[in-house]
Amino acid sequence: MSHMDGNMLGGALGELFTMDTTMAVAQCTSCGSAVAIAQTMVYADAPGLVARCPTCDAVMLRFARGPGRAWIDLRGVTYLQLPIPAEP
Amino acid sequence: MARTAVLGRLTWQVGTVTALREESSTARTIVVGLPRWPGHLAGQHVDVRLTAEDGYSAQRSYSIASAPANGNLELTVQRLPDGEVSSYLAGDLEVGYPLELRGPIGGWFVWEPDIQAPVMLVAGGSGVVPLMAMIRTREAAGNKAPFRLVYSVRSPDTELYKDELAERQRRGDGVDVTYVYTRTTPPGWPVPPGRINAEVLASAGWPADRHPAVFVCGPTPFVEAVANLLVNAGHSPGAVKTERFGPTGGKS
Repeated sequence: MSHMDGNMLGGALGELFTMDTTMAVAQCTSCGSAVAIAQTMVYADAPGLVARCPTCDAVMLRFARGPGRAWIDLRGVTYLQLPIPAEP
Repeated sequence: MARTAVLGRLTWQVGTVTALREESSTARTIVVGLPRWPGHLAGQHVDVRLTAEDGYSAQRSYSIASAPANGNLELTVQRLPDGEVSSYLAGDLEVGYPLELRGPIGGWFVWEPDIQAPVMLVAGGSGVVPLMAMIRTREAAGNKAPFRLVYSVRSPDTELYKDELAERQRRGDGVDVTYVYTRTTPPGWPVPPGRINAEVLASAGWPADRHPAVFVCGPTPFVEAVANLLVNAGHSPGAVKTERFGPTGGKS
C-alpha cells in the first residue's frame, strides 16, 4: 500500500485549526520520536486519513470527516506542539 | 512570520480559470483568478474539489507553481492514467470555467526568500512543480542564494518548464539545472538512462558542509531513495525537507 506524507493533512486539519498543523510537532507514544506532522506517513486509501510514525510505523493520528462533523483520533500522540504567533 | 500572521480556518473558494498552458505531452498549467487569494509561500499547495451534478465530489492536492501574487495562482497538473480529477483538470477544463479550491496550505515544505543559504532542489517527475515556485519566488524577491536543481524525468517529452529552465540556464541567473533521464534520453546524451544516484547528487547538488536547505519532491519511492542518499552523504535529516505524492490522490 502506498503512502503520502503529512504535508497533505494541512487542508483537512486546516478546516478545524486556525494555525498550520503541518509544522506542528507530535511525539509518538510508541517510540518517543518527535516529528513534524508533515513528516508522518499518510495513508489516504482508508475511509479516513491515517498518519503513521516515520520512525516506527505506529498509528499516530486518524482523521475522518462526515456530513456536519469530523473525528480526530490522537491515540498515538503523546503531545502536539502547535505553532502560534508570539504574544504582542 | 508570514505563515502565522493571519489566523483563520481554511474555507473553500471558487475561482475562475483565466488561462491554460500546455507544459508537456501529459501536463498543463492552469491559471486561476481568485479575488480573495491572499498570496502564498513557495512550496505550498491547494486542495481542489470537483463536484458532479449528482453531488458526488472528489478532491486532490496540487502544488502551486507560481511565485506569490495577490488574486491569482498557477497549478501544473499531470494527467494520470485513469486520474479521476487530473483527467478533468488537464483535459476537459476550459478558460472561463469555475474551479473550487482551498489554500494556501502547508508551512513545512516551504522556502522563504529571506534565507540566503544555498538551496538544493531534487525533483522526481511532476515533483518539480513546488520547486519551480521556489525558483520563481527567488527571482521575484531578488534573492541571490545559489540554487541547484536536480530534475529526474522519464523522458524529454515529459519535462516541465523546459523552455523557462533553459532560459534561466542561458542567462546564468544562479539556478543550475541537471537532468537525469530514467527511460529515454535526448539524442546524443552523454550517459544512458538511469535513476538518480549518490554520484549525481554529489556532483550536481551541494555538499553537506555548505549546509544547504534541501527540498525533495516526487513520488514516494523516489523521495525516500533520495532522502536516504542525502543523509548517507552527510546531510542533516532535519535540513532535508520532503514532500511525497502517491499514484492516486496525490499532489501533482
